[in-house]
Amino acid sequence: MSMLGSGVIYTETVVHSPPEQFVDDAPYQIAIVRLDSGGRVTARIAGAHVAIGDRVDFLEHRNQIPFFQKTS
Amino acid sequence: MRPVAVIGAGKTPFGAFADRDLRSLTTEAIGKCLKEANVSPGQIEAFFLGNFAGPSFVGQNHLAPYVASAAGICGVPCTRFEAACASSGSAFFHAFSSVAAGLYDIALITGVEKMTSQPTPKVTEILASAGDLTGEVRAGATFPALFAMIARRHMHQFGTTREHLASVAVKNHANGALNPDAHLKKVITLEQALAGKPVADPLTLFDCSLISDGAAAVVLAPLERAAEFTGKPVRVLGIAQTSDRVALDEKDDITTFPAVARAAAKAYRMAGVGPSDIEFAELHDCFTIAEIIASEDLGFCKKGEGGPYCKQGHTSLGGARPVNTSGGLKAKGHPVGATGVAQICDIVMQIRGEAGRRQVAKRSLGLAQNLGGSGATCVVTILGAAA
Repeated sequence: MSMLGSGVIYTETVVHSPPEQFVDDAPYQIAIVRLDSGGRVTARIAGAHVAIGDRVDFLEHRNQIPFFQKTS
Repeated sequence: MRPVAVIGAGKTPFGAFADRDLRSLTTEAIGKCLKEANVSPGQIEAFFLGNFAGPSFVGQNHLAPYVASAAGICGVPCTRFEAACASSGSAFFHAFSSVAAGLYDIALITGVEKMTSQPTPKVTEILASAGDLTGEVRAGATFPALFAMIARRHMHQFGTTREHLASVAVKNHANGALNPDAHLKKVITLEQALAGKPVADPLTLFDCSLISDGAAAVVLAPLERAAEFTGKPVRVLGIAQTSDRVALDEKDDITTFPAVARAAAKAYRMAGVGPSDIEFAELHDCFTIAEIIASEDLGFCKKGEGGPYCKQGHTSLGGARPVNTSGGLKAKGHPVGATGVAQICDIVMQIRGEAGRRQVAKRSLGLAQNLGGSGATCVVTILGAAA
């Protein structure tokens, strides 16, 4: 784990109609993660899609965007 | 503070108008508005413009004197207000405050947006700039995505369904089909709404408001002078503008808009009425879930029951409290900077009994709710017939 650690999905969506700079990424999932350390962050989800209540772990920052993935 | 009345209102049709620019739109809306009020451009003492992103959509800045002078208004204070989709609601609030305080007698408010000259991904990017660029927007959140996350949470906590969301779109499209100035005059079925192209799950194209061009204008005067201009003044009984955090992830509970509840409480108190007194309303349905949550935050129904409240027909044209008889942002269209003033125009039209095939039966007290971003600005206005 790193600075953002782990957390729980508070809400999520899969974006099909992206803004101009993310046209090549779509469809992609974003979520608000409730961090175990307190606070919330809007993040991208890597790998399998997640749902409200799922546990996730911080993966890495890519271009300053925090990526999380479902806890295995 | 002295009583204030709307003495004239005018708007352009909403739609995609390739051959029209900002000044062509505002000049038409202002011309209609001033003609109705028998006010000449030279009588305007201050000009309040609501516009979200003219500089981004069409590259033009310094917009207030730019559009005012084209309509013959020159020399008086001309100021642009920007509060995302609540830009012209905010302009209206500040114009009202100035007239109520006695600073000016005749104040003109105009809202305008020219959006369709840009392709959809660019429009999506410009709209997203009303969110937090250092967090949610950087991660790829669009406005449909923010409201999709709100919808997901509302569904999770209250059992709101896709059918509830779709019922808002079906109702507003039915109303829009009766509005000659609406962007889309097309009735849709629940099945069509449910089968829409996905935009941000669970929202489809039919859950999202339109990308439109358009302008709207209203002129205010002290109530004591209203009879000089019109036989049908409409009084501003209550109004409030409130704020909240911009980023969705900074809010404790995203299934409610605290700015809406706060603005409503203040406006109700000022008007001396409660939610049950409101006979009809124009609510900010930028997305179907937004109308559902607004109806809850305004006290039209209980928390969590906004979905069934709409689906059961209470907000339909023939229902107990019609909502968005104009077609709403969903069908009338959503030129974002024009929307707040356009809502006021639609309430005024209903109160005067001039709404044609979409006229409501009870028309003495109407409410407009204009939301900026994912709830960081809200303006609630209560209008009534001037006795």
